[in-house]
Amino acid sequence: MISVELQELLTEKAEKVRESIIEMLVAAGSGHTAGPLGMADVFTAFYFYLLKHDPLNSKWEERDRLVLSNGHICPVLYSTLAHAGYFPVSELLTLRKFGSRLQGHPHREFAPFVETSSGPLGSGLSQAVGMALVDRLDARAGKFGAPSEMSGKYVYCFVGDGELDEGQNWEAIMLAAKEKLGNLILIVDRNNIQIDGFTEDIMPLESLSKKFEAFNWKVFEVNGHDFDDIITNVTTAKATFNKPSVIIAHTIPGKGVHEFEFKPYWHGTPPNKEQGEMALKELRSLGGKVKGEHE
Amino acid sequence: MLAKHLNPNIFNKDVEQQPIRQGFGEGLLIAGRHNENVVALCADLTDSSKISLFKEEFPKRYFEMGIGEQNMASVASGMAAMGKIPFIASYAMFSPGRNWEQIRTTIAYNNVPVKIGGSHAGVSVGPDGGTHQAVEDIALMRVIPRMVVISPCDALEAKKATIAAALTDSPTYIRLAREKTPIITTADSPFEIGKAYVLWSNLNGKLDVKNEIASKKISLIATGALVHKALQAAKELEIENVLCEVINVPTIKPLDEKTILESVTKTELVITIEEHQVVGGLGGAIAELLSEKLPTKIIRIGVQNVFGQSGTPEELIEHYGMGVESIKKAAREI
Repeated sequence: MISVELQELLTEKAEKVRESIIEMLVAAGSGHTAGPLGMADVFTAFYFYLLKHDPLNSKWEERDRLVLSNGHICPVLYSTLAHAGYFPVSELLTLRKFGSRLQGHPHREFAPFVETSSGPLGSGLSQAVGMALVDRLDARAGKFGAPSEMSGKYVYCFVGDGELDEGQNWEAIMLAAKEKLGNLILIVDRNNIQIDGFTEDIMPLESLSKKFEAFNWKVFEVNGHDFDDIITNVTTAKATFNKPSVIIAHTIPGKGVHEFEFKPYWHGTPPNKEQGEMALKELRSLGGKVKGEHE
Repeated sequence: MLAKHLNPNIFNKDVEQQPIRQGFGEGLLIAGRHNENVVALCADLTDSSKISLFKEEFPKRYFEMGIGEQNMASVASGMAAMGKIPFIASYAMFSPGRNWEQIRTTIAYNNVPVKIGGSHAGVSVGPDGGTHQAVEDIALMRVIPRMVVISPCDALEAKKATIAAALTDSPTYIRLAREKTPIITTADSPFEIGKAYVLWSNLNGKLDVKNEIASKKISLIATGALVHKALQAAKELEIENVLCEVINVPTIKPLDEKTILESVTKTELVITIEEHQVVGGLGGAIAELLSEKLPTKIIRIGVQNVFGQSGTPEELIEHYGMGVESIKKAAREI
């Protein structure tokens, strides 16, 4: 179990992350709402606890790598990075504006603190596999001290569930298993929606955990709004050395704002000013204490 | 006349021949010896792409992707983000054919130094037929910002190009051919990415033929193995009172505008020659350059908006109008 203090810290940070998501989307006038809100707790758990990183030195070589494959949920990435200290929170309001570092989908050249440019779905996991292969190659060659199978850093890749429709993912999933990449951890945002509707109507993914098991991955299923569940399982995944791990994070799209939850409509629609005010009011009244569907 | 640094046997029937892809394999091996950050990936075609030479010497730095070119391109991108210089190889039809968007977004948009070797380009793949004959690849790569596009004329030039590509930070496409083709250059021939080379010029020569009114001067601008056909045509055209400058363009992007414009200023007529669609490749690039900077009459020799088919390489080169006789015919007509 994580400590009460950590639980409180993460709860408070996740609320700030969600508020900023609403504010930046209202200011941008376009962008995605459901995915970012749904992943706010997972991002918070990573950037405020799990991830080895340095906001003041985003190119630190020993950092863990976090590849966001479904770039369209970048409001949650930007918001978390800002609250973690990578850049001023006020800059979030430049999202999607001309000249902004915060492009509509992440662009590494505009925003050097993101690991990859992303947006076109299905290619993030491949890039993460490439990073993990090199990390192990360098570790075996003794680049980080005595030759070892693990460098001590991890490569995390975040994908959306609908994104798994893309065949390239399954090429990468096979390769990661073949290479027994214990330094690779995939997080699937299992929110059950994609643009045109529910994933099980558009292109059924179930049984998703059995698919990954059949591909020889270690599978964890977590409540994506429960910090203890997320942290405990990712920690166990890190200790899995002989195969890649996948964390299927069950999330509620639009989580934290009742009006936005579970509705495919909010996949790619931003709140307008009034909806934004309503959302902020609700988020603040909850004080970050959003409930997961498993609670 | 022929540039001094070229193979002296170039016009002999028994001129030495090697597949251009062999030069890629040998160049990659040398690049790998010079820099331990060079790694190689292949999609189940190690021997065909000649990446096998690197794999044998550096098994730990070689990664087998299985038949998955899209994954291969993006895995290479991730490796480059970690400081490696990855070379990926397959048939050009599949890489950069099938994985264009992965190359565009995860390699070029990310601006990482992945090098793409596309083998079996052109109709000279032969009996495998049109499915396997990439005649669109130059266009696909040339349109992507930052992408450097190299199309070597022989195995030696391919070797030099591969070694040179490993030394740059640019995403780079190297176009390779399957069949053995004549060795045009020598170890002494210069090669630099971004440079075109005049391999033949008789523009200053005296005409043997009395009817000087019929004479004309033409820049034959060629890339890939067809450079040899261009040289052959230039030699044979001399007796028809047609004087030529043959320019080998191994780097199609960035284009060596200076060398090309200097030649065209002298000749005022241009024929481009490539084993590729005339749209978007070398011919397209030259037409774009000339129409902006030096409007000139041009004929583009290449594949004319059709797909390939089975046959021997020579049959196909002739059928699609890219042989010596086709070049001579165009020279007479222009």
